[in-house]
Amino acid sequence: MGISCGRFAYGVNPVSIRFAIAQISPKLGDLPANMAIYEEKIRQGVEQKAELLLFPELSLTGYLLRDIVPTAALRLNSPEIEKLKRLSRELPFVAGLVEESADHRFFNAAVYFEDGDVRHVHRKVYLPTYGMFDEQRYFARGDRLRAFDSKFGRLALLICEDLWHPSTIYLAALDGALAVLCPSASPLRGVIDNQAQDDNARYWEMINQAYAETFSLFMVYGNRCGFEDGVGFWGGSEIVDPFGQRLAKAKYYDQDFVIAEVGFETVRRKRTMSPLLRDEDIDLTINELLRIRERPAPQSSLQEVKDAKVPKSRVAKRGRG
Amino acid sequence: MIQIPTNTTLLREILAAFIRNEVEKTGLKRVVVGLSGGVDSALSAMLAAEALGPQDVLAVLMPYKSSNPDSQRHAEMVARKSGIESMLVEITPQIDAYFEKFPDADARRRGNKMARERMTILYDHSMRWDALVLGTSNKTELLLGYGTLHGDMASAINPLGDLYKTQVWALAAAIGVPSEIVEKEPSADLWTGQTDEGELGFTYREVDKLLYLMVDQRYTRSELIAAGFPERFVDDVSKRIMNSQFKRRLPVIAKVSQRTIDRDFRYSRDWGK
Repeated sequence: MGISCGRFAYGVNPVSIRFAIAQISPKLGDLPANMAIYEEKIRQGVEQKAELLLFPELSLTGYLLRDIVPTAALRLNSPEIEKLKRLSRELPFVAGLVEESADHRFFNAAVYFEDGDVRHVHRKVYLPTYGMFDEQRYFARGDRLRAFDSKFGRLALLICEDLWHPSTIYLAALDGALAVLCPSASPLRGVIDNQAQDDNARYWEMINQAYAETFSLFMVYGNRCGFEDGVGFWGGSEIVDPFGQRLAKAKYYDQDFVIAEVGFETVRRKRTMSPLLRDEDIDLTINELLRIRERPAPQSSLQEVKDAKVPKSRVAKRGRG
Repeated sequence: MIQIPTNTTLLREILAAFIRNEVEKTGLKRVVVGLSGGVDSALSAMLAAEALGPQDVLAVLMPYKSSNPDSQRHAEMVARKSGIESMLVEITPQIDAYFEKFPDADARRRGNKMARERMTILYDHSMRWDALVLGTSNKTELLLGYGTLHGDMASAINPLGDLYKTQVWALAAAIGVPSEIVEKEPSADLWTGQTDEGELGFTYREVDKLLYLMVDQRYTRSELIAAGFPERFVDDVSKRIMNSQFKRRLPVIAKVSQRTIDRDFRYSRDWGK
């Protein structure tokens, strides 16, 4: 049974919280339609006594937005945001949307709404722009990584590709997050043999589990599903505890709504058994990072060419037996 | 040994979901597919029957007088097996009427004309039946440009476009396409005795391995040669891919404005859906 909100001052950890994830398939560029999905899922969350609901990345807008970005963008003082604030009185939640700053930059943002207000905005820092991805063409890059206090305890938001950079979760953990909430729009790609899901899903599940254990915190990963222009999203949202146990797992490739009771005493227990975060030497890390940052650049590109070693062909290693 | 991964269980699930999802979001619920009697269209049709239910799939058989009689028999076999309704539209009268005016047209012109004639019939019935045209081109032929632009390459959605021919065979066998169809020699059946592999000059199994390493795994030319592929084969296939790039793109538009379609006017096809 979840403990009612409000009883806890910021920074004090409640015993438990009921996390829910809405694994949805939004309509590309249709905010009213997606707002209706949000309302429906919030109602469902309330009915199921969820205490915090996670929506996927850009789920208020759709993912392959391209030139829709400026028309789908919301200022934090827009009527849509006011409506989301009102909805958060029923159930706190994380929305995935395009946030427009006062100077008209567009951010791929995750916004935490709680008790009628915006409590935290995370702007995606690592915008994939390679292969099938084109985010940095359309979005500005976030420039900060901060954990924040919710009424449930200290949390962090990281969006999809952010988590593929271990520095982000390292910072979130050191900044005191007990749970990392990750809204994601992860496409299915790489259908490989002998596996029930695609290669991207395999990789995500591996890092969610590894991060939860390594940083002794909860990973709440909310992916979307559905297709956009033939690109499918693999779903498979999950909640993993600090011991690497999956407390909730959504369907692959389909809509779902999952919920799990998360007991924060598990974090305490894990950190008592493996006090890795306590032993983390921040100064050492900072000093070494400063040294790496100051590393002199090569004298000239010509010098760089001379210094470069010829890499061994990967074919030579693999062969063609 | 180069193995192209072919997880038929997962592919089947994903491709059926793709068809369902991409059809439903257009507000329609049906597809029309041209059944040639070959393995590609058989697989597309059976995937669609699985995704939407056979009642929402219409197969159109469009033989020409020189088409191999086995082709029609195989197409009917697929329709029967999957419970799809099929209709027969012979294209001989209009093709012959047209080429009476151009009697010296060679086999390639005639073949392209037939492919495009079939396309117009499929689009006509897609309109009549409120359905989308389901594509049947696989990744091998799309990369090699081995298809007729605005003909068999035309479709609204294509579940096979990211599957090599080798994968099509495996998936077709797994989904229950009759083995007679899976095992027969691939042919566009545009003239008597035509075979894909005879025309291309190499087998699908050979070229699929090369394409998989070249395209999917990004092997360089020297890495491909080191992996055992003959230099001429690598170069020939690279050239085919390059020279057929136009078939995989929209027509080229001369840019004069600030915002040109598809260059700086960029929207996904599923815009608003």
